[in-house]
Amino acid sequence: MFEYMGDRLSKAIKNIRGMGRITEENINEAMREIRMALLEADVNYQVVKEFVNNVKEKALGMEVGKNLKPDELFIKLVKDELISLLGSEVAPLETKKNPTILLLVGLQGSGKTTTAGKLANYLRKKESKHPLLVACDVYRPAAIDQLKEIGSSLNIPVFEEGKKNPVDIVKDALAFAKENKNDYIIIDTAGRLHIDDNLMKELQDISDFVHPDEILLVIDAMMGQDAIHVIEGFNDALKLTGCILTKLDGNTKGGVALSVRHLTNVPIKFVGDSEKLDGLSAFYPERMAERILDMGDIMGIAEKVEGIISEDEAKDQMKKMQSGKYDLEDFLTNLKQIKKLGPLENILKMLPGMRKMGLNNVEIDPKQMAHVEAIILSMTPYERRHPDILKASRKQRIAKGSGRSVEEINRLLKQFEEMKKMMKMMQNGNLKLPF
Amino acid sequence: MGIFDKFKKIVSKKESKEEKERVETYEKGLEKTRQEFVSNLSRLGIKYTKVNEEYFEELENLLIMADIGVNTVFKFMDRIRDRVKKENITDTNYLNEVIVDELFIIYVNNESLSDKIEWAQSGPTVILMVGVNGVGKTTTIAKLAYKYHEEGKKVMMIAADTFRAGAVPQLKIWADKTDSLFFGKENTDPSGVIYDGLEIAKKENVDIVLIDTAGRLQNKVNLMKELEKMNKVIGRIIPGAPHETLLVIDATTGQNGIVQAESFKEITNITGIVLTKLDGTAKGGIVLAIKESVGIPVKFIGLGEKMTDLQVFDIEAYIYGLFKDMIGHE
Repeated sequence: MFEYMGDRLSKAIKNIRGMGRITEENINEAMREIRMALLEADVNYQVVKEFVNNVKEKALGMEVGKNLKPDELFIKLVKDELISLLGSEVAPLETKKNPTILLLVGLQGSGKTTTAGKLANYLRKKESKHPLLVACDVYRPAAIDQLKEIGSSLNIPVFEEGKKNPVDIVKDALAFAKENKNDYIIIDTAGRLHIDDNLMKELQDISDFVHPDEILLVIDAMMGQDAIHVIEGFNDALKLTGCILTKLDGNTKGGVALSVRHLTNVPIKFVGDSEKLDGLSAFYPERMAERILDMGDIMGIAEKVEGIISEDEAKDQMKKMQSGKYDLEDFLTNLKQIKKLGPLENILKMLPGMRKMGLNNVEIDPKQMAHVEAIILSMTPYERRHPDILKASRKQRIAKGSGRSVEEINRLLKQFEEMKKMMKMMQNGNLKLPF
Repeated sequence: MGIFDKFKKIVSKKESKEEKERVETYEKGLEKTRQEFVSNLSRLGIKYTKVNEEYFEELENLLIMADIGVNTVFKFMDRIRDRVKKENITDTNYLNEVIVDELFIIYVNNESLSDKIEWAQSGPTVILMVGVNGVGKTTTIAKLAYKYHEEGKKVMMIAADTFRAGAVPQLKIWADKTDSLFFGKENTDPSGVIYDGLEIAKKENVDIVLIDTAGRLQNKVNLMKELEKMNKVIGRIIPGAPHETLLVIDATTGQNGIVQAESFKEITNITGIVLTKLDGTAKGGIVLAIKESVGIPVKFIGLGEKMTDLQVFDIEAYIYGLFKDMIGHE
């Protein structure tokens, strides 16, 4: 499975393969690459240092058994350690109290308002709650409008009183919630710097008044090394009960997750993974560990694929791809197999390295795939084997047959040629990705 | 030591009041940023009077903590090690100067850098603001509008963030506050809004048009395509526009900042970076890595929430802001 990890990391780990046992020398390179991978993922420098020392110590003490190769043992150790750093258990949200009060805090632009909407939506859908959103961002222009608009699109009530003292707003919101039997109160606050004493005091005042059941720090997954100052700043002032990591649908690794958990012991409760209002998921340490190591869920794909493609078939295809003899007929077969796997986006997401290429979030229109299939099906088998012979008149016939335009056919042929080139490059090991 | 002399010149240059004020804003804005960074660096100098391997390790730690970018730091460390060897440097105080010097070199890289805005020969100058979500595009536009309005220019804002709830009214409020013309529509195609807005800008003889766009994560193909389309529309209505496409980057951004710059540059001709939120504890070191790997210079930095807190970027003042105390120690 290591072939699929980040290039350098997998190479370094491969070197351990075949060693009789794990020694300091043969894991040195791998340790260095792991350190790089973590630093590039924005994991806090101190955490990286501890982590690397920990893994090294444990690895050297490991017994290489009969069934496990040293490289497998090693990577398992790395992953397990990462998971334990991220918090092995899932930390659920407080749901028992009535009403339950959530206070969302964070820096400017971390995504508090959007997250408030997502949380309300999540609680209603998954927990059958009746949340109330409370607009306490009285500073940013139009922040209240934004929350109101989100609320109305979700059909969730939003309590606002314009630009008043947030504590007063919260006071009235509590009465409103009681009257309207809202069992969840989600308070959106203005973004602020953790070093802005006045504004931090305002949060403390709100907190002292309502005694929230959860104080959740909303934090941008793209944050760099400064994250620790921010987390500590908020945690010192407010005693956070959890974190929500946003914008994880970008191609950031989100190493900040490690720093949060390890340095402050504040659990991560949710991750924001799309711009849509249902884009909030519970946090799974294992997935995060795999993301940071760029491992992908190859096991998951392998399981899916097994039922659909026989091993011989797959080997056959692989050979064709590598020799450059892959043609449209093969492509059609693959297309059909892929369709059986379910939505392609989900498969792409499971592939390691996809994130780096920015392909993990590609939106694939099933209609487009159907169009491609229609075009290829409108070709004769000979044409599929020899796409070079496709000239204007043949293309026009195919266009008519498939109901697509000649332009589209040209585009498909061009893409197919590029794909073939890429396959060849992969084989030659020359594929240089632009990063 | 070229750069150090320059710093000293900045310190002693009291001739122009403006210059002095500018340097002061930098100093104040970067106060938190500097405190920790410099105290760490000078602590390093006290802890290690001699340059050795442990010193290097801690230095590397320090630079990585400033988000300068892992690869950039590693290359940088190699260069420092090289110079230490060649020049036989043992004194850590002297080495501090070398460090500042080398940091400066990373950024400047023998290019003549322009931090100036490219103005249109005739007709409105169009500035397109792009970036990922939550970096401060809208607020930056407000600050730019304020700045150009103060300079006596006729400013117009176009709200092409038709996606985020509340984005259009947010910009409208800023337009009113800064006496700018405004055009925007919610829940519609952003390119259409830009088209209509620019037509008005031409008619109204506006000097400068600031276009706000929706935040987009650089790996969202559809949104990046949308940006490409906006660019085409702008160029069609006003040939040669946009004159500037500024990528707004949050100073707290980590390694992903490099990927952001690369991806946006692929789609549009990014002419500069606006580094926001430098008034926190973040160092914004990622701009050094971005400059090194993608070659985009920083044009403005945001040093606070006030309208006047957007400053023209000055690498010397920036590095001076980071290292002021250290230079004082000499």
